[in-house]
Amino acid sequence: MNALSLDALSGPLADALIAAALAMAALMATAVVLTRSTVRQAIVLSGYGMALGLLFLILQAPDVAMSQFGVGTVLVPLIVVLALHATRRHRGGGREAGRAGGGDEGERDAGPGGGRGGRGARR
Amino acid sequence: MKAPARTLLFAAGAAGTAAVFTAGALGLPAFGGAAHPYADRAVEQAVRQGTPNAVASVTFDQRVFDTLGEEIILLAAAVGAVVLLRAAGREDRDDGASLRHGPAEVSDALRIVGHLLLPVTLLAGVYIVAHGHQSPGGGFQGGVILGTAVHLLYLAGDYPALQRLRPIPLLESAEAVAAAAFAVLALAAAGQAATGRVPALNTAVGVEVGCALVLLVGKFFEQALLVRDDGPGGQTHAGPGAATREPP
Repeated sequence: MNALSLDALSGPLADALIAAALAMAALMATAVVLTRSTVRQAIVLSGYGMALGLLFLILQAPDVAMSQFGVGTVLVPLIVVLALHATRRHRGGGREAGRAGGGDEGERDAGPGGGRGGRGARR
Repeated sequence: MKAPARTLLFAAGAAGTAAVFTAGALGLPAFGGAAHPYADRAVEQAVRQGTPNAVASVTFDQRVFDTLGEEIILLAAAVGAVVLLRAAGREDRDDGASLRHGPAEVSDALRIVGHLLLPVTLLAGVYIVAHGHQSPGGGFQGGVILGTAVHLLYLAGDYPALQRLRPIPLLESAEAVAAAAFAVLALAAAGQAATGRVPALNTAVGVEVGCALVLLVGKFFEQALLVRDDGPGGQTHAGPGAATREPP
């Protein structure tokens, strides 16, 4: 088993694959930070979860990759989007002083349409 | 605190973290090296105990107390969300809010795909739980798939069916029973031979994680679907996050 994993993880091709996966994870993480609108950010976060899952898969940790795909790609973005929706309703209905952050404008017009765009981009 | 001072403080903290992290990373064994003292022992122990999936053997046999702690964390998170959001939802409903029934317009393609994928995804989740001791996967992974798969029904625009599929009181009981069963199994099996124990623990964890996730997401859905009459609830006619679910 040990020799097998060594064979599969050595050589220039494997190195290139690992480097590419690492670069993609770093790229997606940066994209998450740089996305201003919070709803869009949740969708990009989902893509980041997928990149991270791919990295785990390439590093031969299928168990961890499976958890990562389930939690990072589906569950966390879903809960974030649902929570954002609920807070937006409260902010609008209760006339509460919402945070006047940079993400607010984008967040209002994003909504379901932003979600769909993210989905298409991710596929 | 002024902005320059804040930046300075952050820079100092970041530099310290970077220095310590670099020093720690340099002390690690080289990436992809040949010496794996822990892996050698863990795999040997897993084979001796008859669990082909060494990862499952580590999480459910050799280090089951770690997993027990994680289960309790998840249980606490689910209980916290249910208790807090139940109170919040009641307040809102007293204010005259009502539950909306999912996205109003769902394309036929999405509806069909959602309904077709639901049984397949549920089956995949059950397989990953049941086969977790032999192939990659296990109770947690399968539980996550089961817990999120039922929400494909929301994607298909059928929120009433989703509510029928996940009776919340039953799931709360199942969650508690599964968590208790896992704790009892893990404690009872301490120090004994592991044969046949990993599948049972996998099942308990799968049920517990699946129930916890359905409860968590269900409570969040309830919050997001509440509509106040005076609020701008009608501004988004498609449901929240209608596009974020994917079959895992």
